[in-house]
Order: sequence, then C-alpha cells, then structure tokens
Amino acid sequence: MAEADSTVMAKAKARLSGAGTLIHSHSQHGDDTIVVKPEDIISVMTFLRDDEELRFDMMMDLTAVDYMNDPDLIPYLRPLKARFEVVYHLYSVEKNHRIRVKAPLRGDACEINSITGVWAGADWFEREAWDLYGIVFRGHPNLKRILLYEGFEGHPLRKDYPKKKRQPLIGPRN
Amino acid sequence: MGMTGEDKAAVEALSGSVIVTKLDSVIAWGRKYSFFLYPFVTACCGMEFMSVAGPRYDLDRFGAALPRFSPRQADLLFVVGTISHKQAPILVKVYNQMTEPKWVFAFGACTVSGGMYNNYATVQGIDTLVPVDVYVPGCPPRPEMVLDGLVKLQQKVAGTKNQMSLSMGISPVGEADDRKVTG
Repeated sequence: MAEADSTVMAKAKARLSGAGTLIHSHSQHGDDTIVVKPEDIISVMTFLRDDEELRFDMMMDLTAVDYMNDPDLIPYLRPLKARFEVVYHLYSVEKNHRIRVKAPLRGDACEINSITGVWAGADWFEREAWDLYGIVFRGHPNLKRILLYEGFEGHPLRKDYPKKKRQPLIGPRN
Repeated sequence: MGMTGEDKAAVEALSGSVIVTKLDSVIAWGRKYSFFLYPFVTACCGMEFMSVAGPRYDLDRFGAALPRFSPRQADLLFVVGTISHKQAPILVKVYNQMTEPKWVFAFGACTVSGGMYNNYATVQGIDTLVPVDVYVPGCPPRPEMVLDGLVKLQQKVAGTKNQMSLSMGISPVGEADDRKVTG
C-alpha cells in the first residue's frame, strides 16, 4: 500500500491479527475495512468501543450481503465458503473516524452473536437482517420480523427467493 | 290526467320556486355533492392528494373538501399510496368500520395494480382487499385526473338506486317529471 495505515487500522490490526481473529483488512478511498471471524464478534466490538484511541461509540449501520450468485467474487471468502457477510459500520463521535467491520457466515449455519449488549441501537438493525436475510442473532432480546408481516414465508432479500413469489395473506391473485 | 284550471294556475304560480323530482335523485344529489373523504394516505400520492385538495385544483368545488379521519364519519375511502402486506389488514379494518353507503377510490398506480412494485411486499391492487368504485392510475395522477375520477364517481353515485330509498310507497308530488336537480 502506498500510504501508511491510519491509527484506526494500525491499532485494529495490531490487536486482532495476533489472536487470529482478523481474516482480512483493506483501506480504500479513506474507508477502512476489517474482516473478522464471526465467533469473536462480541470481543471485537467491545474492543472497538472501549479502546482509548478508537472509541467507536456509535453503531451507524448493520446489514448483510448475500453472495450466493457470486461465490468467487471476494477472494478471502473463497476458502471460507461463506455465503453471507454481516457488515457493521461504526463511527466515533469523539474522534471522528469510521470503520467497517465484516463477518462472513456460512449459508447453512448463518448465526452470529448479537451485539445489542455492546450497542443497544443494534436491536432493530438485527431484526431487519433477520427479517430479510434469515440471519439469526444469538442472544437478541426480541428477534422477530420488523418490516414484513408476521406470517410472511421466507426471507426475501436472499438471492434464492423467487422474485414473483406471492404470500398467503392476500387473495389468490396475490 | 285532467287538471282543473285552478290546479294549472297553481302549478304555474309555483313553477319558479318548486322543483319536482324523484326522491332517489335528491338523495343521490345530496350524497354525491357532499362526500366526506377518509384520506387513507400512505405514500407519495399523498402529496398529490394534498395538491388536489389545495386551492388551485380544489376538491371543495366538488363538495369533497372535508376529510373525516374517522371511518364512522366518512363515506368515501380515498386509498392513496402503496399498500403493503403489513398495512392490508388495517385498510380492510378501516373499510369494514365505515358505514353504508360507502365508496372506495383507488388513487394512484400502486393502489390500482401495485404500480411499479411487483414484489414481495406490495399488494398488487387494493381490489384484492376491498371493492373499488373508481380507479385513477398515474404515478402520481395529475390533479385533473383525480378530479375526473371524482366526477365519474359522482355520476356513478347519481345513477345508483340506493337501497335505503325512502321513495318506496310515497307517491310523487305533482307531475312526476324526472327533471335533473342540478347540471
């Protein structure tokens, strides 16, 4: 890389790669991304929130990506055979820096620990990821559907959800 | 039908101030020119509804100015904007709570047929949920289209024989000429 790592990346890499948690990291256009093992997500997030130099006190976003149609797109995912990736965006209000944390998940065991214990604001984001992708967040206080109605069948943002599938609530035509 | 000279004179004297018509027509006239809207607004068509109700394209000219946000007090359900599957039971509940006579006006492409949202979350036309009287497509429809739809609904209301017609058994006054009350 041409430029040196920012303090955020340097600190994160130093702490996390030692334990074998860090799978990959890169920086592009000023955005820092680290890819970590999903089993260690709570310790990673707690470290990012509490460390004196990092102080990521705000969880901006939590979402997921389904790579079912492009399994070979991301190089570091190939050996893991990961179908989903949960993406967290963190921001530090004090220090004004950001980081993106990604955690790859296998499709058949798409469970990850919930980080509502670290930031309470992750609650609804995780419910949305459960609703639309079917990723289970272990330890979530109230993991139920948030955007779709309760009897909805399936998880629509997965790539194998048929586009024209109709749901049972409303009439035969629909 | 012979009228005596005195009767004819009486009819002539009153002809400037008495209108003779059918009770059904009068009731229909009253209903069509005094809709109490329930604007069931969920999405962007609501902006267009607001502009139709505003001073330039005026709903008040057609008597449909006063929105009533209670289904018990409203007779015209304006379904404005995309209805999702989660919202559908709410729409049906509101429709069921309205008292007869009631009409449903599907405002905008999303209510007519699901619009551009042919997906897992959107009801493909509210006529899968409630019976619709007027469909106004458009994304959003021009205000003139909405007013045209309202006028068509008024014609529909005027032409309908209302079930609760009081005119059964009451003989018409004077000569039963079905003169239109207004244009």
